[in-house]
Amino acid sequence: MRIELEKRARVSTLFSLLSPLLALVLTLVFGAIMFWLLGKSPLNALYVYFVEPLLEIWSLHELAIKAAPLILIAVGLSVCYRSNNWNIGAEGQFTIGAITGSILPVLYPEWHSPMILPLMLVMGMAGGALYAGIPALLKTRFNTNEILTSLMLVYIAGLFLDWLVRGPWRDPQGYNFPQTKSFQIEAVLPEILSSGRAHWAFVFAIAAAVALWFMMRFMLKGFEVSVLGQSERAGRFAGFSARRMVWFSMLLSGALAGLAGISEVSGSIGHVQPVISPGYGFTAIIVAFLGRLNPLGIIASGLVLALTYLGGEAAQLSIGISDKVSRVFQGLLLFFVLSCDTLIHYRIRLVFARTKPAEVTG
Amino acid sequence: MTLSDDPAAVPLLSVRGLTKLFGSFAACNAIDLDIAPGEIHALLGENGAGKSTLVKMLFGVLQPSAGQILWEGMPVTIASPGGARQLGIGMVFQHFSLFEALTVAENIALSLDPMISLSRISEEAASLSRAYGLPLDPKAHVADLSVGERQRIEIVRALLQNPRLIILDEPTSVLTPQEADRLFETLFKLKAEGRSVLYISHRLEEVRRICDRATVLRHGKVTGACDPKLETPASLARMMVGSDVAEVHRDDGAALGDIRIEVSNLSVPARTPFAVSLKNISMKVRAGEVLAVAGVAGNGQGELFDALSGEYPVSEDEAIRIRGKAVGRIGISGRRLLGAGFVPEERHGHAAVSAMVLSDNLLLARSQSDKRAFLAGGFASIIRHDAVRSATRRICEAMDVRKSGEDPLAGSLSGGNLQKFIVGRELDRQPAVLVVNQPTWGVDAGAASRIRQALIDLAKAGSAVVVISQDLDEIFEVATNIAVISEGRLSEPHPAGTLTLERIGLMMGGIHESHSISEAAPSRPEGTYAH
Repeated sequence: MRIELEKRARVSTLFSLLSPLLALVLTLVFGAIMFWLLGKSPLNALYVYFVEPLLEIWSLHELAIKAAPLILIAVGLSVCYRSNNWNIGAEGQFTIGAITGSILPVLYPEWHSPMILPLMLVMGMAGGALYAGIPALLKTRFNTNEILTSLMLVYIAGLFLDWLVRGPWRDPQGYNFPQTKSFQIEAVLPEILSSGRAHWAFVFAIAAAVALWFMMRFMLKGFEVSVLGQSERAGRFAGFSARRMVWFSMLLSGALAGLAGISEVSGSIGHVQPVISPGYGFTAIIVAFLGRLNPLGIIASGLVLALTYLGGEAAQLSIGISDKVSRVFQGLLLFFVLSCDTLIHYRIRLVFARTKPAEVTG
Repeated sequence: MTLSDDPAAVPLLSVRGLTKLFGSFAACNAIDLDIAPGEIHALLGENGAGKSTLVKMLFGVLQPSAGQILWEGMPVTIASPGGARQLGIGMVFQHFSLFEALTVAENIALSLDPMISLSRISEEAASLSRAYGLPLDPKAHVADLSVGERQRIEIVRALLQNPRLIILDEPTSVLTPQEADRLFETLFKLKAEGRSVLYISHRLEEVRRICDRATVLRHGKVTGACDPKLETPASLARMMVGSDVAEVHRDDGAALGDIRIEVSNLSVPARTPFAVSLKNISMKVRAGEVLAVAGVAGNGQGELFDALSGEYPVSEDEAIRIRGKAVGRIGISGRRLLGAGFVPEERHGHAAVSAMVLSDNLLLARSQSDKRAFLAGGFASIIRHDAVRSATRRICEAMDVRKSGEDPLAGSLSGGNLQKFIVGRELDRQPAVLVVNQPTWGVDAGAASRIRQALIDLAKAGSAVVVISQDLDEIFEVATNIAVISEGRLSEPHPAGTLTLERIGLMMGGIHESHSISEAAPSRPEGTYAH
């Protein structure tokens, strides 16, 4: 017996709209079962995890802080994925963006100028874009699979950051802690409101999402992305170049990941240290798919995934379960999003292997 | 005159009234066929004649809608390729399924019982390949092998199952003449062992040389069963393309204008192992002229279209001129700006994106040529959806495109209606040059006649039209001049009135010096495999 996926003749519009919600509900159900198996009250755990963080002003600020990099990275990735380029290495581009963006405050801590912050952001974007340019170059020149190269570059970036902050960039007055000097005040991304910590990265994220939504919806460039993503041959017929699209989409997503990286370091952390991300670059892949690769949908899904981070911390504090649970939730969510989407397009058929031998009828 | 008339001999495989319907379209219509033990049996026919459908039913890939398959006189149901192999049917497909990164032995092992050790497979494959004159190193990586060698892997793979009937689908289409000769020796060895071969081809000479009997298909029906050695290429060609005279109506009075598209000595190397290289192609098409390029599929039509459209620009700028301007190295958008329009063969995923709406598919072909009408905002290139939609409406009305809803997905239209839209999309801008590949492939009769009429009208209005087609009826309906493409070479154009179906059939079958052998004795003419 084997299981076959059979393409459905018609895709239900209702269920394609409901699919992300369905995935969310299934994740909650399985999360409840998991808490129950861990010996916790499922309802209480879910409440602590998903509701409590929304009840206080400060934690709403934290939500925005966590959602900002997720949204920034995910909208870039959505353009990439729509064009059929699979950048899995946003985490690495995030890291390199954080490093290149930090060059100025780390090397020139005495430079007090309002110019420094814009320059840092631009350098962060450039760094992320250049780092995403490596898999783009390998793909266009040598036909290398960008999934593998971009993923492998994540670990290189991580180790490079580690070496930097333990070696050349370490603060001499830092009691041997592996971190740089704290950034001068001009190099810190300011808060949006006086009521909490949320900084301008969230504004960048919303702006990027709206801009890319406009591009995909109304501009020829967005049309080009969709056409090349669905059929390279049709794109060639339209006069679009798949190679140039590799560059465009990789550089764009790399730049946005780099911007997220420098914003995180400058706005949330205030210095460079060995670990600057709880896996934003990878979680953003889930955000992109949960948002159906639509930049506006990604704003919503980015907030949902940010909540899993916050809830993980809260659950660790108040009911004493590992914050690894947030990873489990993220994994469950991606699994259910992808399987719901698959089942919307395909139906499952069980095939009982059986080849009819020669039948004698006459 | 079939062997089964002899009551003593039970055919290895018989097919009675085999029919395959796709919707209301009969790809195979009541086909009868007998294959005797130890014979090489040819299945001849143009593309679309139903050869592949028939073979897929014999190999269990498709299930017949009606009719019977008999194996040694017993009715059988072949439910899957596995079932076909159990019966003793082996198949060598035209396109191979091999993993390039694996060795020959590993590739063979993948199709066999996983319990057999790799070294045993290597040994058996090596001994089989020696025995049948198919030299093959089991340890070689597939990536390093030529197409001919890759085909040998497929043949050895089929032979390891010890089949009694081997089906070969267009085996020589990818081979050099020397490789083909070697393959024929192998086939003769198989025949000497009492195995049968079903040999699918459209190359007349080859069939006459190696096959004992031939069944000819046309439009899904058997049009002839014969001993090819007793036939002339001309008589085979007649069975293949039909002898019914097409109603030719050309506008003789139309004067031709200036040269709109000119190709001189265009040579393009093959991009993939399965592609055809274009060799020294020259042609001129004037305003008011419809040049039809006839030929059996896979002889370089797609490659010619790619070169003419600029989807794959060529290295020589001078090799292609559109309205006098050298455009060889210019891409498709630049050629469109010179007033050229293009209609590729494949509708889904080439001419149109199935999952996009019609108006998006209009923009697909005209975003550059109609920049002013369809785009706004200068550098930002904002799409004027309203303008694109009203142009879509105009095209659908002009070409009578039947659709559900105002702006449906391209994939929801029937083949004929989508093709009318795709052709209409180009006609709407009155192109000075139109290049069409297989304009009515898989299109219903009503849509086909509408499209053909539109092509004729376009030429009459002063455009130059190149129609690449396999459908000879269509060619005679629309063409002013006809050239034939075969193995990547294009013949001289002939005025449509001076050509007969039979002569074109011969030229399509790979026989270039048609006049000298058309009625000659069945000897092997030179140049059959000329490269």
